[in-house]
Amino acid sequence: MLAKLFAKLKLIWRVVNRPSVHYSLGFLTLGGFVAGVIFWGGFNTVLEATNQEQFCIGCHEMENNVYQELQSTIHFTNRSGVRATCPDCHVPHNWTDKIARKMQASKEVWGKVFGTINTREKFEAKRRELAEHEWDRLKANDSLECRNCHNFDYMDFTRQSQRAAQMHSTSLASGEKTCIDCHKGIAHQLPDMAGVEGF
Amino acid sequence: MKVSTFLSAIALLGMSLSVVAASVPDDQVATLRKAPLNVEPTPPIMQKVINSDVKQVRNYPMQPPVIPHKIDGYQIDLKVNKCMQCHARNSTGHSQAPMVSVTHFMDRDNNFLAELSPRRYFCTQCHAPQLDAKLQVENDFVDIDHLMKAKSTDKQ
Ligand code: HEC
Ligand code: HEC
Ligand code: HEC
Ligand code: HEC
Ligand code: HEC
Repeated sequence: MLAKLFAKLKLIWRVVNRPSVHYSLGFLTLGGFVAGVIFWGGFNTVLEATNQEQFCIGCHEMENNVYQELQSTIHFTNRSGVRATCPDCHVPHNWTDKIARKMQASKEVWGKVFGTINTREKFEAKRRELAEHEWDRLKANDSLECRNCHNFDYMDFTRQSQRAAQMHSTSLASGEKTCIDCHKGIAHQLPDMAGVEGF
Repeated sequence: MKVSTFLSAIALLGMSLSVVAASVPDDQVATLRKAPLNVEPTPPIMQKVINSDVKQVRNYPMQPPVIPHKIDGYQIDLKVNKCMQCHARNSTGHSQAPMVSVTHFMDRDNNFLAELSPRRYFCTQCHAPQLDAKLQVENDFVDIDHLMKAKSTDKQ
């Protein structure tokens, strides 16, 4: 058994080890490199394309529901002109997390393609479930996406409203709570909140 | 026949006279529109909402207190009442907000309900945030305390 495997490996090694008859070593190395770049680049380009807001709101369920709602919030227009786009809040920056989230998102696209969420009513019916996925994710990563823009270390409590400073200097500072615990519904309308902690 | 023609002539005259009389001088028209009807004036600068977090004195005992903080984006509809995230009885511990008073649990027959009364659900019907704006009209409201004080000094 082991001997057989060893023989096979030996054969493979011999094939790989044999100098190429048709192509030069230089061509092969360079070719391999270029192919790798094209593959990797292509993969990341697709990834990047799907990471743009235009892609997110490409399907009507997003454009007609959550995108409309976002437009009236502070994350769309504000005095400083800094905008948060869909991927800023919904796609992790870290690569492995990003892939994991994309796989999950594919399922949501599936729902679109097969027309399970094609009206406002159906979206509203699904919203609690979708929102809960986001809350769970942000809770688990300590609101990482919020913190990409809002850095706790640089928050100046003296410049915040009293209500904000009071909360941020206690529950948030101690790590007992994270942004999403208190700031649900910051970018979109909330679903029926019956039974959600704090409501 | 003659009489009716005569009467309608008088009526017509009266109507045209009243049209002339109806043109009230501009300075006597109470309006917030300070421009001719066919002109779109530049709107005044938007006022800032007071977000001082300092409670305001009530003018009379049953006045709904004004809101001393901004309420931008606070959702109040059938699905959720954002105000209650802080003002509900069991939220006051972490929010340090005053609990909605017992009147908010009463129905119109003065029975106490276990939950917020439907007629008090839409908070902004009665409570309003304030702008840092100058008064458009003079306010000559006199507090009951002042009235009583004035009365008692009169008697002496
Ligand atoms: C792309 C960067 C970005 C991301 C990501 C982001 N924000 Fe913001 N956020 C902003 C900016 C910019 C403002 C407006 C600042 C200003 O002009 O006052 C803001 C304002 C806010 C405010 C103040 C609202 C108000 O009415 O004053 C809150 C609360 C807030 N963000 C919470 C969050 C939470 C929670 C998340 C995560 C779900 C998040 N933000 C993610 C950039 C971001
Ligand atoms: C314990 C609850 C709590 C947590 C946790 C919390 N906040 Fe807040 N935050 C508040 C309250 C209350 C306000 C003021 C009321 C409002 O804006 O709705 C506020 C206001 C803000 C504001 C506006 C500042 C101002 O002066 O009004 C920003 C920006 C903000 N939060 C960002 C964050 C971010 C980012 C995090 C996570 C790192 C976070 N908050 C975590 C309760 C919290
Ligand atoms: C400032 C951060 C932020 C931005 C920008 C943002 N979202 Fe969200 N989104 C959230 C949060 C937080 C939730 C979780 C539910 C909640 O609290 O409202 C959420 C929930 C959702 C949901 C689940 C359904 C729901 O309403 O709860 C969808 C779908 C969604 N977002 C899509 C989008 C799209 C599309 C865009 C871009 C047009 C976008 N989001 C921009 C923070 C954001
Ligand atoms: C994030 C928590 C929070 C939310 C949400 C909130 N409030 Fe408040 N509210 C407070 C706090 C804390 C105070 C005490 C004064 C201060 O710090 O602003 C207060 C004070 C008030 C007062 C003044 C009470 C008095 O006795 O003078 C009124 C009225 C009020 N809020 C109404 C509302 C309404 C209406 C909403 C919803 C549109 C709302 N609040 C949402 C925290 C909140
Ligand atoms: C029909 C009008 C009305 C509605 C709707 C209403 N209130 Fe009030 N509220 C009042 C009046 C009047 C008072 C003062 C007298 C009293 O306590 O009843 C008051 C008092 C309060 C106080 C001060 C309580 C105290 O003991 O200092 C708070 C806080 C408050 N309301 C919050 C709310 C919130 C939050 C909502 C929405 C859930 C709401 N109110 C809806 C009329 C209303």
